[in-house]
Amino acid sequence: MEPDWIRGLLGGLAIGAGGAVYLLANGRIMGASGIIGGLVDGSGRSTGRERAAFLAGLVLLPLVWIALLGVAPTTHLTPNLLVVVIAGVLVGVGTRLANGCTSGHGVCGISRLSLRGIVATAFYILAGGLTVVLFRHLLGVI
Amino acid sequence: MRLAFAFLAGALFGSGLLLSGMTDTTKVQGWLDVFGDWDPTLAFVMGGAILPMAAAWAFTRGRSPLLGGSFPAPPEPRIGRNLVLGSVLFGMGWGLAGLCPGPALASVSFGGLGGLVFILAMLGGMAAAPTIRERLDRAIPAE
Repeated sequence: MEPDWIRGLLGGLAIGAGGAVYLLANGRIMGASGIIGGLVDGSGRSTGRERAAFLAGLVLLPLVWIALLGVAPTTHLTPNLLVVVIAGVLVGVGTRLANGCTSGHGVCGISRLSLRGIVATAFYILAGGLTVVLFRHLLGVI
Repeated sequence: MRLAFAFLAGALFGSGLLLSGMTDTTKVQGWLDVFGDWDPTLAFVMGGAILPMAAAWAFTRGRSPLLGGSFPAPPEPRIGRNLVLGSVLFGMGWGLAGLCPGPALASVSFGGLGGLVFILAMLGGMAAAPTIRERLDRAIPAE
C-alpha cells in the first residue's frame, strides 16, 4: 500500500482533473454544494440534468472501484447520530449561505486566486479546527 | 454530450475522493486536529487538486467552453457577511463529522445509515438556507 500522502496527491490530481473537465467542457465550476443545492432549492432547475449526471458519476464510481478492486473502505463516521444530524444541517446551511464548500471555494476558488474562495477557506478551516479541538479535547464528544 | 462530460467530471471527482482517503472522516478530522496526531494528507489532496485546476483556469483565457456557452466570470471580490458566517457554520459541521458535501455523496454506497442520515440532514439544511438567508438579510441588512 502506498503511503497516504502519495494516495492523497494522486487522488487530489483526479479531483482537480474532474474540476478541469467540468470547467473546460461544460463551462461550469465544480462545487459539490452548489451542484447539489441548486437541485434542492430549485435554483438550478434549468441545468438539472447536467447536475444529476455529475452526481451520478460521483456516487457510482466509488461503487465501481469497490467492486473491481474488492476493497472495503469505511468512513469511520461517529456513531452519535445527534452529532451527525447537527453536523449535516450546519454543512447544508453553511455551504449555501457561503455559496461554496471545499470543492467550490477551496479547489476551484483558490486555483483562480479568488479572494472570496481564499477567505471562505480560511474561515471554514479555522472553524473546523477550533470545533475539533473543542469537541474532541475539551468536551470529549467526538 | 453535456451529460457525458458532467458524468466524467463527477466520476473523476468521486474516484479522487475515494483514492485520496477523503471519504474517511478520521483523515479529515486528523488534519483539522493540530493538537492531536496530526495527519497531513488533506494538504496533499488540496495541493494535488489545485494544480490541474489552476492550469485549467489559465487555459480558459481567450477561449470558450468545449460544449458552448461562456466561462464563469470572476466573482466580485466582495467579502460579505453571508460568506463569512456561512463558512464558519460549514467549518463547524465539517469538523464535527469530518464530512463535506462531496465526500458525503461519494461514500453513500459504503457509509451505512450514519452516512445517509448526514446526507438527509445536509439536504434539509440546504433546503432551509434560502429562507435563513432572507431572514438574516431582513434582520441585519448585508451592506
